[in-house]
Amino acid sequence: MSPPFTINDLWAISPEMVLTTAAIILLILDFLLPPGRRAVVGYTGLLGIGATFAALGASAGVRAEAFSGMYLSDPFTLFFKTIFLLIAALIILISLNYLSVEGVDQGEYYALVLFATVGMMIMAASGDLLSLYIGLETMSLSIYVLAGFLRKDRRSNEAALKYLLMGAFSSGILLYGMTLLYGLSGSTNLKAISRTLAAQDLHNPALTLAMILLAAGFGFKIATVPFHMYLPDAYEGAPTSVTAFMSVGPKAAGFAVLLRVFLLAIPSLQGSWVQLFYVLSVLTMTVGNVVAIAQKNIKRMLAYSSIAHVGYLLIGLVAGSPLGISAILLYLLVYILMNVGAFAMVILLCRQGLRGDQIEDFSGLAQKSPLAAATMLIFLLSLAGIPPTGGFVAKFYVFGAAIKAGYVLLAVIAVVNTAISLFYYMRVAMVMYMREEPSPITALSPSRPLHWALAIAILGILIIGVYPGPFLGWAWVSLTGLL
Amino acid sequence: MPIEYLPILALIVLAVLFALGTLLMSSIFGPKRPTPEKLSPYECGITPVGTARERFSVKFYLIAMLFIVFDIEIVFLYPWAVVFRQLRLFGLIEMAIFILILCIGLCYAWKKGGLEWE
Amino acid sequence: MITLSHYLALGAILFIIGMFGVLTRRNAIGILMSIELMLNAVNLNFVAFSRYLPPGALTGQVFAIFVITVAAAEAAVGLAIVLGLFRNFRTVNVDEINLMKW
Repeated sequence: MSPPFTINDLWAISPEMVLTTAAIILLILDFLLPPGRRAVVGYTGLLGIGATFAALGASAGVRAEAFSGMYLSDPFTLFFKTIFLLIAALIILISLNYLSVEGVDQGEYYALVLFATVGMMIMAASGDLLSLYIGLETMSLSIYVLAGFLRKDRRSNEAALKYLLMGAFSSGILLYGMTLLYGLSGSTNLKAISRTLAAQDLHNPALTLAMILLAAGFGFKIATVPFHMYLPDAYEGAPTSVTAFMSVGPKAAGFAVLLRVFLLAIPSLQGSWVQLFYVLSVLTMTVGNVVAIAQKNIKRMLAYSSIAHVGYLLIGLVAGSPLGISAILLYLLVYILMNVGAFAMVILLCRQGLRGDQIEDFSGLAQKSPLAAATMLIFLLSLAGIPPTGGFVAKFYVFGAAIKAGYVLLAVIAVVNTAISLFYYMRVAMVMYMREEPSPITALSPSRPLHWALAIAILGILIIGVYPGPFLGWAWVSLTGLL
Repeated sequence: MPIEYLPILALIVLAVLFALGTLLMSSIFGPKRPTPEKLSPYECGITPVGTARERFSVKFYLIAMLFIVFDIEIVFLYPWAVVFRQLRLFGLIEMAIFILILCIGLCYAWKKGGLEWE
Repeated sequence: MITLSHYLALGAILFIIGMFGVLTRRNAIGILMSIELMLNAVNLNFVAFSRYLPPGALTGQVFAIFVITVAAAEAAVGLAIVLGLFRNFRTVNVDEINLMKW
């Protein structure tokens, strides 16, 4: 019998192995260290991410299908792994001080963040439905626990329960779609599925059902509109740092597998799934934007805004061209920076006794700290898609791809939606700058790591906004192997 | 349908008929003199205490959850055992790593007091 | 004769029962049990396909084993969350757990 795999395969998964080892070390550190020294665990986590990044760089050249095609190591994987590591690093930075403010300064938190990141990396690299599922669940289970991390807080409990029930339900739907795909093609390997299906009759109702179930399953994960009901509650109740994580991590990973499955395994059905995603995209951005207007809680508002962003992202998939897909990647990169940044601002205001998550809490911020208000303003402008921020560039390319592919109406709807979104983003800016009433803010969080995270996010957004060339080039190169 | 399986079918039919028959006959011919003691739930022969629908201590759930996880992970040992000889040393190392990770999980649960009863 | 269609029909029925349970049950534990039912329907499908598909397609069985273990982990996390919730709310009814608009 030939060996199950070669040393090259191990090279391909070395980043995941390093990160898993780091997470396990964090777990052990957590009970070895005396209580009160828990920040050390967080910094060790950052070290682990750095080591993983080094392993990623070392294995970047290996372009391979490891473990009999279960695991793909290509530029697309590399792009997503890089942004997942960026997410994990930012989340740890914004959590370091926040956890002690909330009184849940426990080492497991960082281990869970790393485990979730491992799951996302496996998802992005999966060339097989099985590894995709394992990655998905590794990520989801860690995040269920993280969402309920404030054990004494009833809203956190509720968020965890809703996220868990909906997450498990959607996994069931997704899996059922996978069984049908497996039954029709006789394989769970994405490329093999595509090969078998290419030779088959595409009007098979079971195939259509499989596609719809897969779209619904992924729809839950990335929160497209008919499947978004759980999301605002989960985002509002979870600890703010975890909300930041939930709003970017699972979405980016969800898009990675969505693109992989729909472009690699069932491209033969493109005619039908384009229509499906067209409808989902219009619904998602419209509902997200319109409902966001009515929100008073900023976490809830950002939740609806993140739903709307998923709608914009889907436009790139509808366009389906290399330009559209690379625009999705660029958009994801910008989205991560601006969304984590906006949630980090909420954390900046949060202290004992004040959650800082009402829009009112931002009133008078410009007088208290002009720098903080300006930072928030840039995040808001970027979320709304106004130049010279990265949000504008990202929207520009996504909408441009839609027009080039002939979906002019879709682009028009998206632009109208952007105008609607301006309304609620600017309301926060107005509260910060125009309100004269005494501000409830007594002090901003003095946490250095939090300031670092904010600086990274804002620099990233501005650099991409002013000089998008290299980033678009990176997104473009990352498509090799996918299309 | 292979004819060799006919005796087994006959056996099953006979067994079912016999079981149903005895139940039926005892319910027809058996004497019935119900008393409160006879109608109360059977609790190892002693007088029943309280109702059967009681809440269990939360501690049982904790132990049960830990048990489920570690118990189910064992399912991976079965396919591994089937191809153990073909896998040779590689299989042994692979499974050792798997068990090691499980052990770390167990140590974690232990250190955190998950296994304490009180 | 039991054919693939029989298994698939059973799987579909189980899946629909599970889905119906998730959507109508009020008890969080009941919802978790319904989800398990859906996952078992999936397992049935996988194993049936793997038995009836052209030879060598063992992937379905392997997939089922993974689904079983992940489902156990999910159940453990789910029970832990429900337990924590019960400590604070004194109920496991999902319609009574609505501090935030559902």
